[in-house]
Amino acid sequence: MAESTSTPVAEAGTEPRGTARHGRPGTLRLGALVRWDTVVALLVVVVLIYGFAGVANFGSAINLSFLIGNTIAVAMVALPMTMLVVAGEVDLSVGSMVGLSSALMGALWNANWPIDYLIVFCLLAGAVGGLLNGWLVTRLGLPSLAVTIGTLAAYRGLAQIILGANAVTDFPQNYLNFGAGRIGSTFIPYTFILYAVLLIAAAVVLHATPIGRSLFAIGANREAAFFAGIRVKRLKLAMFVLTGLISALAGVIWTLHYASARYDNATGLELSVIAAVLLGGVDFDGGKGTLCGAVAGVALLGVLQNLMSLSDVSAQSQTVVTGALLVISVLGPRVARQVREVVRRRRSATAVPVATASAPDVAGDA
Amino acid sequence: MSTPVPGPPVLALRGVGKSFGSVRALQDVSLDLYAGEAHALAGENGAGKSTLIKTLAGVHRPDAGQVLLDGQPVAFAGPGDARDAGVAVIYQEPTLFPDLSVAENIFMGRQPRRPASRLRRIDRRAMHTEAAALFSRLGVTLNPTAPARGLSIADQQMVEIAKALSLNTRVLIMDEPTAALTPGEVNRLFAVATALRKEGAAVLFISHRLEEVFALCQRVTTLRDGRLVASELVADLTPDDLVRRMVGRHLDTLYPKAEAQIGDVALEAERLTREGVFTDVSFQVRRGEIVALAGLIGAGRTEVARAIFGVDRWDAGRVVLGGTDLPAASPTAAMAGGLALVPEDRRAQGLVMDASIERNLGLTRLRTLSHAGLMSRRRERNQAADWALRLRLKYARLSDAVAMLSGGNQQKVVLAKWLATEPKVLIVDEPTRGIDVGTKAEVHRLLSELAGRGLAVLMISSDLPEVLGMADRVLVMHEGRLVAEISRAEATEETVMSAATGQVRV
Repeated sequence: MAESTSTPVAEAGTEPRGTARHGRPGTLRLGALVRWDTVVALLVVVVLIYGFAGVANFGSAINLSFLIGNTIAVAMVALPMTMLVVAGEVDLSVGSMVGLSSALMGALWNANWPIDYLIVFCLLAGAVGGLLNGWLVTRLGLPSLAVTIGTLAAYRGLAQIILGANAVTDFPQNYLNFGAGRIGSTFIPYTFILYAVLLIAAAVVLHATPIGRSLFAIGANREAAFFAGIRVKRLKLAMFVLTGLISALAGVIWTLHYASARYDNATGLELSVIAAVLLGGVDFDGGKGTLCGAVAGVALLGVLQNLMSLSDVSAQSQTVVTGALLVISVLGPRVARQVREVVRRRRSATAVPVATASAPDVAGDA
Repeated sequence: MSTPVPGPPVLALRGVGKSFGSVRALQDVSLDLYAGEAHALAGENGAGKSTLIKTLAGVHRPDAGQVLLDGQPVAFAGPGDARDAGVAVIYQEPTLFPDLSVAENIFMGRQPRRPASRLRRIDRRAMHTEAAALFSRLGVTLNPTAPARGLSIADQQMVEIAKALSLNTRVLIMDEPTAALTPGEVNRLFAVATALRKEGAAVLFISHRLEEVFALCQRVTTLRDGRLVASELVADLTPDDLVRRMVGRHLDTLYPKAEAQIGDVALEAERLTREGVFTDVSFQVRRGEIVALAGLIGAGRTEVARAIFGVDRWDAGRVVLGGTDLPAASPTAAMAGGLALVPEDRRAQGLVMDASIERNLGLTRLRTLSHAGLMSRRRERNQAADWALRLRLKYARLSDAVAMLSGGNQQKVVLAKWLATEPKVLIVDEPTRGIDVGTKAEVHRLLSELAGRGLAVLMISSDLPEVLGMADRVLVMHEGRLVAEISRAEATEETVMSAATGQVRV
């Protein structure tokens, strides 16, 4: 072979290391420090401190357990929702799925099903509902926003057909205790343990496994992910199924927590979930975000609402505050990114070539 | 060909320099465009042609030097300013609104209004008559009311030229307009360009086809590595002279093709067909062999590669990889069988631009880089560092977004990402498009070396010298069919081009 010397694929270590330009010393990595999700997490801390210090009854065990109990359904559904949004999709039917699961639970209880079986059945129904969403999105290629607006209405309607206007409340006491009770004398509800387990699992999957990497790649550039051999459709389908399943679980927990199975339970929950996820800095266009951010978003919204209730802020005003936060959450990361971009362009010696489809050799010239 | 006596230049550059970060795209370049003259801009990919055009068109502002309009310095704040000054650019792939009519495209943003209308309503009739008048001036038959969607690239270019005419264009810049045209369409385009020139317009023409430069232009300016090499009359030059000015070195170093041991068949396509895209494509690629797939843009080469890799499905035929049949439409199966595809469009298909270098490099090997289901960041970083070193990647940090790299280095990341899968068959689609000459030579050396180790390489390329310099065998496609198979010894620009344009079936 004539090319045995100085080939590009030389053994590692035989070549000078000089080709890697190291970052200039003294360059401020402002962008790495000021991340939106850390900002939100800090805000949560600030709001908590304000609550403990300045608002009467906020720090009481009973209030804290209310706060967690009222937030836990949103927090749970936010976990798979974060994964979906990272992959560039969204599921608006989650609130209706919580309601459907609750209605199903009531109806089956009335029909004298054993409680364990009917909970498993509710979870399965959730998975099937998610499968339908995912199938319509991935196999028929419909936009998830449109599909899940449709199933939002359909699942809620189904819930009403199943249970009508009744409320079922006579679930077994030990299950109701699990739904509303606290661990010993602490303020932590039993259901929080379940949530913590799910949270850890979700964090590991999204940030430390090939699946998580694939989700980010799909959200950032679906085509490149597909070209890299990632099974885009299958993975998205799995995420929709997971979202349906967790929503149904949240429906079971909701029903036990409030000791009431109704078709209109968790109406509008999808908006709280999506607001929290976006507030946590997860990019609605996909490909960017952290689970920690989404959790912080949920916490911030939950704590703020609790504080406003304690301070006798009217429900209408609370809605205005939540809406304003949502707009800020969508705007904030974008503005931050733009500022970072400008700073980088000014500082960096590396050019970012202008993408122009019409000029094939632009990158080479740049 | 009469050489007009030039007056003062309509549009000129004086000592223009332009840098992107540390990359100096243009250095001290001067250029004179005269009324009534067609001027060719020659140079290899990455020589600075695009930057120069964009400077003239007001897209880029020069860091140094001046742009002169009728001898007066001007500073175009944007493409709009350049257009108002009478500078129009026709790109290789026209940028029309597909759902609007031809006439609406021509008059976009300045539609004629009905004179008596308070509501300033658009006067469609006037718009259509004016468009028809422009087309008859160009000698083309196009229906002004037809939608732009479905027009051939040649017709789309005519719409762009009509738009330029309606703007009283004095300088017409054409960036590789003939790349996707048939010979008949090229002739029509040249007739129009010549007519415009004789009416007093200055024409700047970019083409990689030297015979077109000699057929159309009076003057030629050559760029190399961002610098001006020469600006001279075409009549004083031979094609060989021009090639020497463009390349400036021995071609051998750019195409270091080593003799390789040709082994067993690694990839075979048998009567592969995708309805309306390509038909009955059969070929083999052997171990150690570099097979080039040549043809014009739109001949179906990329589509064949996509189908083989499983990104698209095929309707008939089969693909055999290493002795076993490949299922249709499954990139995962293709990868498992040892196939890798370096796609044509590295921004859209090859890379996740916002993700880091290491993440991009790891994307094809998520399984291998994880341990007990968890990603190993250390393994991911080590592999990235290893490949960065092997391919001499220029970067600051492996955690930087690939968007921060230059085009050539981005292409290296795509190559590394696929080589990391240790493929047995590598398909590369336009592996050196838009990257600088130095990186280009490195990529070629890499391909040659990999073939020497027994890799089977299928290389799609529109770069003829690359095809001739690198391939053991050249397959040529024309309008969805494989029309020729030419051995290395018989492959010349003429044999390949005549097959690619459908003139000869070998």
